[in-house]
Amino acid sequence: MSEELRAISVAEFFEKNRHLLGFDNPIRALLTSVKEAVDNSLDACESAKVLPEVLVQIKKISETRFRVIVEDNGPGLGRKDAPGAFAQLLYGSKFQIFGGKQSRGQQGIGISAAVLYSQLTTGLPARVITKQKGKPALVLELKIDVKTNTPTIVSESTIDWKKEHGTRVELEMEAKYVERKASVVEYIRETAIVNPHATITFIDPEGQKTQFKAIAEKLPKEPEFIKPHPHGIELGLLLRMLKETSARTINSFLITEFDKVGSGTSEEILKIAGLDPKIGPKFLTTEQADKLMKAMHGAKVMSPTTSCLVPIGDALLQKSLTEEFDLEFSHAVTRTPSVYRGMPFLIEVAIGYGSKELPQDQTVKIFRFANRVPLLYQQGACALTEAITAVDWKSYGLQQSGDNIPVGPAIIIVHMASVWAPFTSESKEAIAHYDEITKEAKLALQECGRALQLYVGKKQRKQLAEKKADMFKLYSIELAEAIAALTGAKQDEVEKKLVKLTDEMLKLGAIEEAGEKEAEEEKKPKRKLGAFKGEED
Amino acid sequence: MGAIKGKTKKEVLEALEQEAKQVLATINEMKNPKVKIPLRTLTNVYFDAKEKMIKLGDKTGARAFYNVNQAKKFMQTMLVAAQIKSLILQNSPTLDTRQLFYLLRGTMPHSDEDKFDDQDESDAIIEDVEVIIDALREELGLIAVPKGVIAGPLIVEDTVSGDIIDYTKMGAAGGAVPASVEPENFKFKKCTADYILVVEKYAVWNLLNQQRYWEKNNCILMTGKGQPARAERRLVARFEKELKIPIYVFCDMDVYGYYIYSVYKQGSINLAFFSEKAAAPSARYIGFNVDDYERFKLPKTARIKMAEDDMKRIKEVKAYDWFKSKEWQAELDKLAKFGYTIESDSLVAKSIDFTAKTYLPEKIKKKEWLD
Repeated sequence: MSEELRAISVAEFFEKNRHLLGFDNPIRALLTSVKEAVDNSLDACESAKVLPEVLVQIKKISETRFRVIVEDNGPGLGRKDAPGAFAQLLYGSKFQIFGGKQSRGQQGIGISAAVLYSQLTTGLPARVITKQKGKPALVLELKIDVKTNTPTIVSESTIDWKKEHGTRVELEMEAKYVERKASVVEYIRETAIVNPHATITFIDPEGQKTQFKAIAEKLPKEPEFIKPHPHGIELGLLLRMLKETSARTINSFLITEFDKVGSGTSEEILKIAGLDPKIGPKFLTTEQADKLMKAMHGAKVMSPTTSCLVPIGDALLQKSLTEEFDLEFSHAVTRTPSVYRGMPFLIEVAIGYGSKELPQDQTVKIFRFANRVPLLYQQGACALTEAITAVDWKSYGLQQSGDNIPVGPAIIIVHMASVWAPFTSESKEAIAHYDEITKEAKLALQECGRALQLYVGKKQRKQLAEKKADMFKLYSIELAEAIAALTGAKQDEVEKKLVKLTDEMLKLGAIEEAGEKEAEEEKKPKRKLGAFKGEED
Repeated sequence: MGAIKGKTKKEVLEALEQEAKQVLATINEMKNPKVKIPLRTLTNVYFDAKEKMIKLGDKTGARAFYNVNQAKKFMQTMLVAAQIKSLILQNSPTLDTRQLFYLLRGTMPHSDEDKFDDQDESDAIIEDVEVIIDALREELGLIAVPKGVIAGPLIVEDTVSGDIIDYTKMGAAGGAVPASVEPENFKFKKCTADYILVVEKYAVWNLLNQQRYWEKNNCILMTGKGQPARAERRLVARFEKELKIPIYVFCDMDVYGYYIYSVYKQGSINLAFFSEKAAAPSARYIGFNVDDYERFKLPKTARIKMAEDDMKRIKEVKAYDWFKSKEWQAELDKLAKFGYTIESDSLVAKSIDFTAKTYLPEKIKKKEWLD
């Protein structure tokens, strides 16, 4: 493949697949640009072990044109790396390594896509300021050469920057700013909830500033890199690995390039595949590779290493959600890692109840996340949503009709952390359906549901008791008056006694609920029999 | 003339006060106040074969104040009792239950909840109070709207107004049955009649009155205009107990007519607690019955084909304990087999004078009745 052909294909790929990549309309393009930039910033800070402080600002140029500014306190980039990082699609080592770790990067095509969108809609270059510790701040204006997919430096200078280190990117683009669901504000808020170690400041086009302060003082543990697990391997990847490995025999290939494969497992796989362990990996035919893959899928292999997964943690997630929504009640569950198709993953669920923001009579708010990134679109198509609707919420204190999203003053958060999250499409907004994932999510949701039920039940009982007390006090006034009139006793004395008795009965829990059979209860059938040719009562 | 024992106003007041005192005493003991209410359900209604009337059994239910489902009814029960006491003390004229509802209406203090939502609620509580203190609505100073008419040799004193009413001097309209016919305010002064004739239909009564049937046959002629109201039933019961003369009931020859007769005679399921004061077990069914059709050679035009519902109703009535006598079972079977009804109005088809001059005198003379 010539350089030229490849460059054209990248540009064409973007042009033709804008809708798949999150740039299909001006509203979404703005959101995706912010998302790519913020993901980049958080990743940069975390890899440098810095608690992220990210500023996001949207400036209005005209009704259809906005300037997106994202600034972080990351380590900054050197003169060598900066142009490629912002102005070359699919730049970086991510795509050359087999295996993986839990990362935000999997989510999008990268910040360069936003740079290209900006360039395509305005013709303007991206402005990047980046400063490494102890070095001057570089100011670069960058464009992407769409024919060659290489960065073009439009201008270059240095400035004094008050920041010790960090990166700031500014992109101007055709866009539309909205505040409703799936908006920039919503994205930032949700991002802040699942990244409690980050401080994110947002300045909207009106100049209104909102800050989401970090509530965690420590960075999350850095996820470890893991090799692919035999159960999850696909033929394309296997063929590439066979081609690029430095292993000399197929046996050592399996042992060195895969997770949880020792000599015993390797022997078993090769026996099932009917392959000579001494064959050089590069000499395998596609047919043989296919046999090998099937053998790998079928072999007994230990579950994958899970150190690659870093959950937010139930305590932190609960705290983060509670503070953001000012909740009456919350509960969070972090499941232990599980596996789908050889990929380790884990599910975290948090549920919040009772807040000014959560109306009683509407469907519960649902926040879905994959690897700490909010999923704002395609809620209905997502396996995480399916897990929510598959739970019987009626038994957990919420209303629900059939398999619909429950109704009540609650918010449900579902986070899936995985080396490789299975999205339904390239736009990466919905998790595909795997029984293992739905099952894990359901278990976590049910556990949260049980905690919710305890709270709601207690609250309802308290409310009912108060309502009951009010009812008896109300009736007592009339009752006292009637008894006084009938017996000649003093009304206020009878009333006082009734108030005292009501308190006592409530305290003792002595109030009858349904009651001994009362005269009224069976009245209906009698009417049917007797109400006949105008019989009078 | 001895009156049926009813409760005087003083006794009613005492009963109301006693119930309230019992409630107050329970409150003072810091216990859940309750009132016992005889069950007015079908399961607690039975036919007393000895006394020949429908009666209320002795099952009772308890209504408690500290019961989530009964608290309001309990309060309403006391409100109705207090209202009745107040009316009696004021010597108030008798009121209709709807009028009582208007007296009881209102919202509770510091609340938008009504004491009574509608008249159905207060009507049910009134019936409860009747059975709690074992007194009739009329004794509580409340009435149901009457509709009966009387003519005949009877003189009554309206003790409230002091008016003397002579039912031989009522003209074509006859004298209305008042809402309350309790001995306290409707006192029999004189009666020379040989029997009471109760007819189901006003049209029949009207014709007989114009023909001065009551004068020619020396009887009291009365109608309850179909299914009788409380006052007509109570009055017939008083006739039986105080005048001690025969009572004959003349109805349509259909299952509904038969049932109306049974209400006068044995009481009704709805008001089983009222039977002892409002049933006249000696009442006899003088007609019209199936055999009369052939015997008196009525024209075919007097017949109306029975509907399916009528047949169904015959089966139901046949199953009632108070229709279990041989004669009545046979009569109902004959009616079902005959397949037609004969309204008492239709006898004019034979001749205008037929009912007054032939049918009734002959039936009574020959004692051809059903008991």
